[in-house]
Parts: sequence; structure tokens; C-alpha cells
Amino acid sequence: MIAAVETRGLRKRFGDKVAVEELTLTVPRGEVFGFLGPNGAGKTTSLKMLLGLIEPTAGQGQVLGAPIGDRLARARVGFLPEHFRFQEWLTGRELLHFHGRLYGLRGSDLAARTDELLGRVDLLDAAHRPVRTYSKGMMQRIGLAQALLARPDLVFLDEPTSGLDPLGRLLVRDIIRELKAAGTTVFLNSHLLGEVEATCDRVAFVKAGRTVHELRLADEGAGIDVELRTGPLDDGARAALQTLALAGLEGRDGRVRLKVANDEALPAIARTLVQHQVALYEMKAARKSLEAWFLEVMGEEQRPG
Amino acid sequence: MRHLLTITHLTLYEAMRRRILIAALVVGAAFLTLFALGLHFVILDVTRHGNLTLVEKRVMLNALTLAGLFAASRLVVITAVLLPVDTLSGEIVSGVIQTLAAKPIRRGEIVLGKWLGHWIVMAGYLVLLVGGVLVIARLTGGFTPPHLASGVPLLLLEATVLLSVSIAGGTRLSTVTNGMMAFGLYGLAFIGNWVEQIGTFADNVAARNVGTVSSLIMPSESLWNLAAYQMQPTIMRELTATPFSPVSVPSAAMVWWAVGYIVVALLLGLQAFRKRAL
Repeated sequence: MIAAVETRGLRKRFGDKVAVEELTLTVPRGEVFGFLGPNGAGKTTSLKMLLGLIEPTAGQGQVLGAPIGDRLARARVGFLPEHFRFQEWLTGRELLHFHGRLYGLRGSDLAARTDELLGRVDLLDAAHRPVRTYSKGMMQRIGLAQALLARPDLVFLDEPTSGLDPLGRLLVRDIIRELKAAGTTVFLNSHLLGEVEATCDRVAFVKAGRTVHELRLADEGAGIDVELRTGPLDDGARAALQTLALAGLEGRDGRVRLKVANDEALPAIARTLVQHQVALYEMKAARKSLEAWFLEVMGEEQRPG
Repeated sequence: MRHLLTITHLTLYEAMRRRILIAALVVGAAFLTLFALGLHFVILDVTRHGNLTLVEKRVMLNALTLAGLFAASRLVVITAVLLPVDTLSGEIVSGVIQTLAAKPIRRGEIVLGKWLGHWIVMAGYLVLLVGGVLVIARLTGGFTPPHLASGVPLLLLEATVLLSVSIAGGTRLSTVTNGMMAFGLYGLAFIGNWVEQIGTFADNVAARNVGTVSSLIMPSESLWNLAAYQMQPTIMRELTATPFSPVSVPSAAMVWWAVGYIVVALLLGLQAFRKRAL
């Protein structure tokens, strides 16, 4: 199947400044894809190139099988910009109405879709109010509804939860899950790693305008860090544990630390210890957090201070 | 085309919601009231000390009506520049344009849709002000200038030139720079016209040429002159009896120059906006 997004060597230069050095990535259909990087890494510029808002200096790309910037393909694409702003003199309902018309929706279909989305983002009660009276969270929600008007195949969300309270974030998270369940591809720009971890199938890290690492979050490839508190380990038990570990064992303060490939290794550890009659007092398993990945990929030099 | 009309609709809606129309109506009503009062008292005075001939009275009424039309067309020109001056540049800066341009719409449809919407508002304003002046002249002085059918469209063309410059400039320039450019061009045409009139009067070829060049750079003032020339009787034209009777009458080809000017300004604007990073 044709990928939702596919780019090869996309590059954008503004005068002397290179905003995006080289963007090569593939996002399969139906995936929730997280695009991660520090501020100024070129995330928003990349996304704008994919939407046809900025013309690339070099490189190629396709969105839903059409060359990037293709007008008709945009009918199947939703977009929530980072700092969502709209003509604030419109009411929430009018805003969705006008945007729906730009997607080619008309008549009762448009009215029904507008109501459905106002309900989904919990703005039915405020639908008659001018958008300028909305709080930041409400503004973000109406923006999200606007992005979903055309029942898109692909949705670009640029920092959709920035400035939202926890309930607002949960709503966004739920909507992303619903989109995924419906087979919609979601391209999420964010530096809120917790959000990304909770919603994305896969992430790409972008640094200085270049994708430097890709990671499948559902994968076990990242491994699981296990910490055990046990009785004394004899050589046999140590050797048996070693066969389950991805790398060497580390023992300190009566604790053993090892990295294993997947969840299946956890009961295997317990079985091994029982077989070797080693007392097991405690077993802690932790996946490597996205934050740890982020710091590792970006390097310590990216840390301010 | 459907998308273009949606943008036009949005533009008209904006004019209503942001009370632009109300502001325009209030200013327009104040202007027309002032004009009506002024005309009334002048006519009252003339009638009281009625030693003017019929021709003199007619020349005076025509001059006063042209003065009203001159002021009305200035108000419309100011509106033509200010109304759309930030419609593109402002939305680009605020990011509002991003959600529009990411829709399945051509960039050109955004520019032309906004142009059409603002043109409708501006044309409505012109009809209101110019129509108001003409109705007042008719009711108060029993006078209607000649050749309105060719004069009034020239006023509309004049305002359309400046509206188009303001829209086209907004595709590339910041709001302030755009406004300064549009008014700067207008001021240049205004001064250039006076240089031309004086040059013609004094038979100074160089001064005339300066005026001609300025009217090619911005044809607005020539269009006003042409309109004013149309809307006065032959006797006034020949006597150049008032400030509204041009000594140097622009060529009718200026109309085609202005039409071409609008088309080229919009094409340049469309081209700039098509390439613009949003």
C-alpha cells in the first residue's frame, strides 16, 4: 500500500539559514507517528513542506500518493497548526462551517458534521460564541475539530496539547486513539514526550534539520531493564541468568541488573532463580523511557544550562 | 470558483462582523449631512441675493457637486487602500492563513476571493457616497451633472486601482509598508497631476512630462480628472472655471492603462503569494 507520507531528501533553506537539512522518512498508512526534536530542529518547517505551505528547496515527497503540495490530496488531509489562530470574530459553529465549505462539504452533510465535531470536542454549549471569547484550551479544541472536518485520511497535529490542561490533553489523546482505530494516519509534532509515548506507534527524532533516529515504541527492540533483589547467586544461577540477558549482568549492593529483550524474559528469570534455589525478594522491570531515548539521541549538548 | 466565492463570503462577513461597514456608514452619513447643509446654505444665499445668471448658477452648482464628488471619491480611495491593507499580510503574520492555505484551495483563489469581497464593499460604499452626493444635489439644487454613466464608472475604476495595489502589496509586504506604498503612489499621482496641470497652463513641456510619467506610475488622479471632465458641461470645460476643470485632459487610453494596471498588479500579487512561505 502507498505510504501516507514518504519523503526523500527534503530540504529547506531560508536565505543563508538551513531550516531542514535532509528529511527522509516514510509513514505507513494507519500509523500514529511522532516527530520529535528540540525547538528549532525544523519540525514545523518539515510539516509545512508536507502541507504545501512552504516550497522545499530540494528533495521530493508524496502525501497520500500525490506529490507534496497537491491540491486535491489536501482534501483528505487535516491540519492543526502550532499556534492555532482563526478569524476570531466568527463563532465556533461558523468557523467549522466556513472551513467545511473549503473542504467541499455542503448542506445537511456539513451541518451534521459540524454538530458531531462540536459535540466531540465538547464545545456545543459555546458554539454560538465568538471564538475571541474562547479560552486557549477551547481554541485548541475548535482547531482540532476543524482539522477533522473532512474525515481525513491523514491528520497533521503540530503541538496539539501545548497549553492544554490535563483534561484537554486526555481529550486529544482519546481523539488520536479514535483516529487510529478508524485507520487514520496521524502525524504528531510534539516535544511533550509523555503524550507521544502514550499515543504514538513510532517516532522519529529530528536534530538540526535531519532525522537522526527512528524508534518503534510498540517494539521490544528497546529492551527492558530488570533489577532483581535476590539471595546469593552461585555460578550456575549466574550463567543461567546470563543466557536471558541481552548484555552482561551487573551486580551491586545485593542487586542484579540486566537488560532483557521482551516481557517473556521476566517469568523466565523467576523460573531460573527458583530452579537454582535462589531466593527472589524483588523484581523491577522498566522500559527505557522516551525521555531517556530523547536525551541519548539528542546528546547532552542539547541540554540547556 | 466555489472556493473563491467562499473566501469572498468570508470577507463580506468579516466586514459586517468587525463593524467595518458600520464605521463606513457613520462616516459616510456625517459627510453627506455636511455636504447637504453646505449646499443648502450656499443655495439659500444665492437665491436671496439672486443676481446670478442661469449659466452662472449652473456652473456654481456643478462646481459644488464636483467638490462633493471629489471628497466622496477621496473617502472611497482611502477606504480602498485601508480596507484590505492587512487582509493578507495580517493573516500571514498571525498564522490565520495557514489553515486556509492548507485546504484544497488554490492560493490564487484566496487572493482573488478577498479582492472580490473587498471590491464589493468598496463599490457599495462608492455607490452610497456618490449616490448620496448626487441625490442631495438633485433635491437641494435641482441639479444633476451630465454624463454620469461614464463619470461614475471612472471613479469606481480609480478606487479599484488602489484596492488592487493594496491587495497585491499585501501578498509580499508588511501591513505598514504596504499602506505606505499604496498611499505613497497615490500621493505621487496627486502631486504629479498638479505639476502637469500647472505645466500645461504655463506651457512647460518638462513639467507636463513629469505629470504624464506620474500618471503612468499611478493612474488614479488621471481617472479622477477624466471623470470630472465628463461630469461637467462644455462651457465649464472650456473656461476651466473651477479646480475640477482640468487644463490638461488625460487621454481616454488612460482607462485601458488603468485596466491593464489592475490586471498586472493582481498577477504580480498572485505570483508572489503562490511562492510565499506561509
